[in-house]
Amino acid sequence: MRRKHDFICINCPLSCTVELFEENGEVQEVRGNECAVGEKYAVTEYLDPRRRVTTTVRVRGGVLPVVPVATSAPVPKRLVREVVRALAGVELQAPVEMGQVVMPDILGTGVDVVTTRPLPAKRD
Amino acid sequence: MTKILRPDAVVIGAGPAGLGAALAAREAGLEEIFLLERDFELGGILPQCIHDGFGSIVFDQVLTGPEYAQRFIDKVERSGIEVFLDTMVLELRSDRSLVAVNSRDGVLRMEPGAVVLAMGCRERTRHQVLIPGYRPAGVICAGAAQRYINIEGLMPGRRVVILGSGDIGLIMARRFTLEGAEVEGVYEIMDHPGGLTRNLVQCLHDFDIPLHLSHTVTFIHGRKRVEAVTVAKVNENRKPIPGTERLVECDTLVLSVGLIPENELSKKAGVVLHPATGGPVVDELMETSVEGIFACGNVVCVFDLVDYVTFTAEVAGRGAAEFVQGRRRWRGEVPVRPGRNVRFVVPQRLRCLDREVELYFRVQRPERSVRVRVLVDGRVVHSRKARMVRPPEMVRASIPAGALNEGVREVVVEVTPDEKEA
Ligand SMILES: Cc1cc2nc3c(=O)[nH]c(=O)nc-3n(C[C@H](O)[C@H](O)[C@H](O)COP(=O)(O)OP(=O)(O)OC[C@H]3O[C@@H](n4cnc5c(N)ncnc54)[C@H](O)[C@@H]3O)c2cc1C
Ligand code: SF4
Repeated sequence: MRRKHDFICINCPLSCTVELFEENGEVQEVRGNECAVGEKYAVTEYLDPRRRVTTTVRVRGGVLPVVPVATSAPVPKRLVREVVRALAGVELQAPVEMGQVVMPDILGTGVDVVTTRPLPAKRD
Repeated sequence: MTKILRPDAVVIGAGPAGLGAALAAREAGLEEIFLLERDFELGGILPQCIHDGFGSIVFDQVLTGPEYAQRFIDKVERSGIEVFLDTMVLELRSDRSLVAVNSRDGVLRMEPGAVVLAMGCRERTRHQVLIPGYRPAGVICAGAAQRYINIEGLMPGRRVVILGSGDIGLIMARRFTLEGAEVEGVYEIMDHPGGLTRNLVQCLHDFDIPLHLSHTVTFIHGRKRVEAVTVAKVNENRKPIPGTERLVECDTLVLSVGLIPENELSKKAGVVLHPATGGPVVDELMETSVEGIFACGNVVCVFDLVDYVTFTAEVAGRGAAEFVQGRRRWRGEVPVRPGRNVRFVVPQRLRCLDREVELYFRVQRPERSVRVRVLVDGRVVHSRKARMVRPPEMVRASIPAGALNEGVREVVVEVTPDEKEA
């Protein structure tokens, strides 16, 4: 069966609505894109959409109670919520370094989750 | 009597604008630079902007807000710039003297050679939007919600309605969802979204959060805590249409209704503000109407890209150094006027007339297939094709070095339909 999927290209302010036609998972035609970037974008969004995930994890003894973290590379879009859930139970001990690995190879993606800022320990 | 401090320059605010300006002033040779920040750490708004999307122009890399800030913080810490944290500037006068307070030094009085304003912007609040109803807890600005979740580690609500589709609102829709809250929908009074397409796709579509265009919140229910809001469709005059009301249960209403430059200090110093930007009128060195007071970043106008904030900061920092070193010379006064489909341009005037100038502007309405042009007394000095221009996205243009001189009367920036088919 031939099916149509709509994507909005995010690569320039024109925001083309790009239509991708596929049969049994095989891309057959891409329409509506004003330039080549849009075609590539729609194909990637259909076949293997990825997102860089950002969230926070808890920190004990830091100047703040949480530290921001991110996946070091984009992960498959369908795993975004699971990545955040997997990090919900994590607690680090201050001081935290910038780029410290919080969870290696998260959900078997080959991508690490790292901190995106340093967080000093609280002095008392 | 408190001792009066006389540094070469004082920078007020340590977001990307203040950090960049202090570093540029240092590189241009100023010895003693004070960086004053009311928060407990450097970085401004960036430490709470944990999402990525920062720095694609400056670093040719997509960073998160904290990562972008850290690159400048590391440099500032090695630079010899004197940082005053937890320090609030209370007053600035037109002779550049200022008063600041912190708990360590008490009251600080300063008479710097130059001042750079880098106070950023603040969020419009409900008072400026005026929604009827009680004043229950649970009505919160998007940036404040972002701070609660990403800095304080607190969840402000479980069932959320977002009013306004600006970028911060969209980003918070995703953030609330990832933290386990339910975002019922985003309501936008205009018939087009306020934020970038990237955020519409990655913050709303990715999570199946509905966006209701031409809708607004007409009533807030609940006495102690928000219990529900009434939403309604609006007509072309943005007035609610009777009969379209719908009750939406929620415990939190997030307002993402825009930002305004933070200029209480500037006003008291007699700095002239521009009606369209809400920030100081500046020249090509980012110098305001008050001699020796410079401004950069979101205090000048709300830039949507942090990269542009950094560029203006570098100009202001170098300008402050030129002023203190006695090198800054005015050769004339040339207004920069918004032409066809241009709402405002920064800088608004030119006085040194001796260098290449970057111009930043916003359009009045979306337009396809256009040419962005800069005219010096009617002569085109910059012309560039653009597939599309949209009001939420700042546009950049430039005046090449050598195009200006004492005799020039005006510079016009315009957006015109592109006749020549490429
Ligand atoms: C929620 C949000 C999301 C954003 N997302 C993006 C994005 O995805 N990509 C992107 O490129 N840009 C984004 N931006 C824009 C970008 O972050 C800003 O343009 C940039 O941070 C502005 O820098 P600034 O230094 O002018 O102001 P700020 O970062 O606001 O810094 C101003 C500083 O001045 C201090 N200050 C103010 N008054 C005083 C005083 N009287 N005394 C002492 N200190 C004072 C404040 O405490 C603050 O630290 C976002 C902005 C916001 C608000
Ligand atoms: S397809 Fe090309 S023209 Fe259309 S939005 Fe994408 S980048 Fe822009």
